This record gives sequence, structure tokens and C-alpha cells, in this order.
Amino acid sequence: MREITLPASRTELATLRAGDEVALSGPVYTARDATHARLLEELELTGELPYGLSGQILFYAGPTPPAAGRPVGSVGPTTARRMDAFTPRLLAAGIAGAIGKGPRCDEVRAAFAEHGAVYFAAVGGSAALLAKHVTAAEPVAYGDLGTEALVRMTLDRFPVFVAIDPTGGDLYAQVAGV
Amino acid sequence: MVRTDAIAAAVHDCIVTAATTLRPDVVAALERAAVTETSSRGRAILAQLLDNACIASDDSVPLCQDTGTVWVRIELGSDEAIGGDLQVAIDGAVASAFRDHALRMSVAADALLDRANTGDNTPAFIDIVSRPGAGARVHVMLKGGGSDNASVVAMLDPGAGFEGVRDVVVAAVRAKGSSACPPLLVGVGVGSTFDRVGSLAKHALLRDIGPARDKRIAAFEAELLEAVNATGIGPGGLGGSTTALAVHIETAPCHIAAMPVAVNLGCCAVRSASVEL
Repeated sequence: MREITLPASRTELATLRAGDEVALSGPVYTARDATHARLLEELELTGELPYGLSGQILFYAGPTPPAAGRPVGSVGPTTARRMDAFTPRLLAAGIAGAIGKGPRCDEVRAAFAEHGAVYFAAVGGSAALLAKHVTAAEPVAYGDLGTEALVRMTLDRFPVFVAIDPTGGDLYAQVAGV
Repeated sequence: MVRTDAIAAAVHDCIVTAATTLRPDVVAALERAAVTETSSRGRAILAQLLDNACIASDDSVPLCQDTGTVWVRIELGSDEAIGGDLQVAIDGAVASAFRDHALRMSVAADALLDRANTGDNTPAFIDIVSRPGAGARVHVMLKGGGSDNASVVAMLDPGAGFEGVRDVVVAAVRAKGSSACPPLLVGVGVGSTFDRVGSLAKHALLRDIGPARDKRIAAFEAELLEAVNATGIGPGGLGGSTTALAVHIETAPCHIAAMPVAVNLGCCAVRSASVEL
């Protein structure tokens, strides 16, 4: 299993290939549907990614509250397809990658390749296990959105697979035989 | 008389159990799949799902962060009546279970007009059906968004027959199954009416994994499972021979002109619990 420390350089991300098993350590930022809409509003207003998100990884997830002495009780990926409409603009503005589940559309796959970014797939339905790889969760913005707030999560050897790599290799497309 | 506070207490306990404890029939099916799965990545993912079930149960944390909308089905004995406001009683149980057990609030106030989070995971979505005799049976399912989003309703012509149903099921799994957290439990409803067939498919997810009582249905379920697994979507949608753990079909009467079909996908952390009152 490859070990990657975040935020990772584009040079390091460029060495990843679809299907690679990777353990991620370091910060990621949770963002779901409503969060994406807000981030796009801010981006369009100022022309820049807010909250120091440039070069960072988004985690498509809404956790459960703290439990069992951990900063989040359970956390796992939500369906990435719902973020497809927002993703190319966020990648163009500097987002370096995302963690989610499920296939992306052709335009989004091309955008990951164009910007040297990576889409990681985490295993849905294993959120109690994944939460053991989250060592901190600090609110950043949009607290009114509840579980959809922008939260900076610190990962420790969080298990993922490379789903779309910076050359456009796509594990889901390989599985579907496309 | 079945008291609403007894139903509310049952709903509360079922929510807590379902959120943190993987159904024994699902655990057993995952264990079988971990042996038969042909992909090494698939086997690793199945092992991760089994580990997850142990962690959730040991630490009393949710199996999945999407603790879902609460679907309650009450099978009310024909000798019984319900005393009190059922929606208020059940919503009270939902709010307290979600707050006290650190579950995720995942309900928007209105699908179109107000997407604000209701903050207590209410309202619950309640079905009541009649059954002969006394007492009542309460079923609770916590339904995740990812798997419900991947579900479909199709109004087929009666002539479509078994093949038509098969095509709808396989197409649904191919279209969105990899986003619905496979290996799946595929619930299929055939019959009733446009509005009811989805509920029939959801009800099919409550049945313990194992052969159906009707041999014709059992054979068709086995055929559909083979067809679904032949897609190669596999555990986590990342390839393999275990796309689904089981296909469950429920059938019902319908109009002579109709053959409603619904496919409600259940995820690998399908969460339900039932209690007899």
C-alpha cells in the first residue's frame, strides 16, 4: 500500500495510477452538495478558492457527531456523481483531488487529468472503520449546514483506492468495461 | 388497542439497534462472499466491511455515517386500533434516538421549497398495513440516500413477464449500483399500483437473506442474482463477482393492464430491525 502525506505535490500525485491502494495522512476538507454550492458562490465572487483550499483534497462526506472518544463517530464517502457539476471549476481553481464513491462523468474525468488531480474512492458502508483513521475534525465554515458544514479533518492512514488518476485512468470505467 | 407510546418505544429501540448492529443474515452473507469472491481487491473490501461491523457493534457507533431517513412499517392486527397521534409519537422517538445516540441528521424540510435540515431527522415515513389477528409488528429501516437514489420504478406492460422484470433489475444495478455501496441487497416489488410498488420493493429488503417460500420466486431470485453479479461491479463498485448478496422479490395483485416494477437497492450496510408488539 502506498503512503501519501497531504497536502501532496502534483508531482507526487502524478505517480498514482487507477487501482492503486493508498493510505492518506494529513488534512482533507469535507464538502457535500450544499457545501459545493456555497464554495462556488464564494469562488465566483472573489475569483479565488476560500479557506486556503488551494492544493487541498475535498472529502465528499457528512460525518456523524463525535462518539466513542473519537472526533467523529462514523464517516464515509457520499456519492461523487452529485458533485460532478461543480468539480471542473473547483479543480481549475486549485483543488488537488477528492475522496468519494462511485463513477464520475467523462467531463469530470477529463478535468482531473487536465489539472493533475486525483479522485480517490473510499469504501462506502465502512464508516465506523474509516472514523478510526480520523484524528481531528475542526469546523472551518458553513456551520449552519449541520453535517454539510466545511470541516477540516486530519486523516491517519485512511484507506482509499485511486479511482481516477492524473493520466485519466479510471478504475470505474475499467470495471464497467468501457 | 395498540398504544402509540409502545410503538414509539419500539421504533426508538429499532433505530439504535439497526444503526449500530449489522443484521446477522447480512454478516453471514458477507462471510460467504469473502470466500467465493474472485477479485483480491473485492475480498479485501469484504474483509473491511466485516471489520466495520465489529467496530460499530463494539464501540456503539453507526455502521454508516448516513443514518438515513426513518421508514416505519406497522402491520396492525385486525382486532386492534391505534390510540393517539402516531406521527407525533414516532417523530418524538426518532428525534430522541438520533440526538441521544449521535446519529446524523439527514432530512431536508422540503424537497423543493426549503432544503434546510430539520435538525432532528424528522419526519419519519410511515406505512400502515392490516394483518389478521391481534397485536402489531413494527419494522424500522434506516434508508441511506445513496442507495435510495439508485432505485427505480417502471410501469411495464403485462406481456413483459419475467424477462421484463429481469431487464429492469439489471439495468438499475448497471446504471447506479456502483454508487449504492455494493455488495447490494436488491429489493424488487412487482405488482400493486404506481404509488405502492416502491413500498413493496422496500419491504422486500426486510426479509432475512435466504430462499423465498414460493419456489418460482426462489428460482427467479437466484437467476436475477446471477445476472446482477455477472455485471462485475463487485464490492465497493471496484470490480469483482459479488455485486449483490441477494435479490428479494415481493409480488402483489395489480390491474389487468399493468405490471408495476420497482427496484429498491439496499446497501452493504442495509439497516433494519423488527419488533412484535
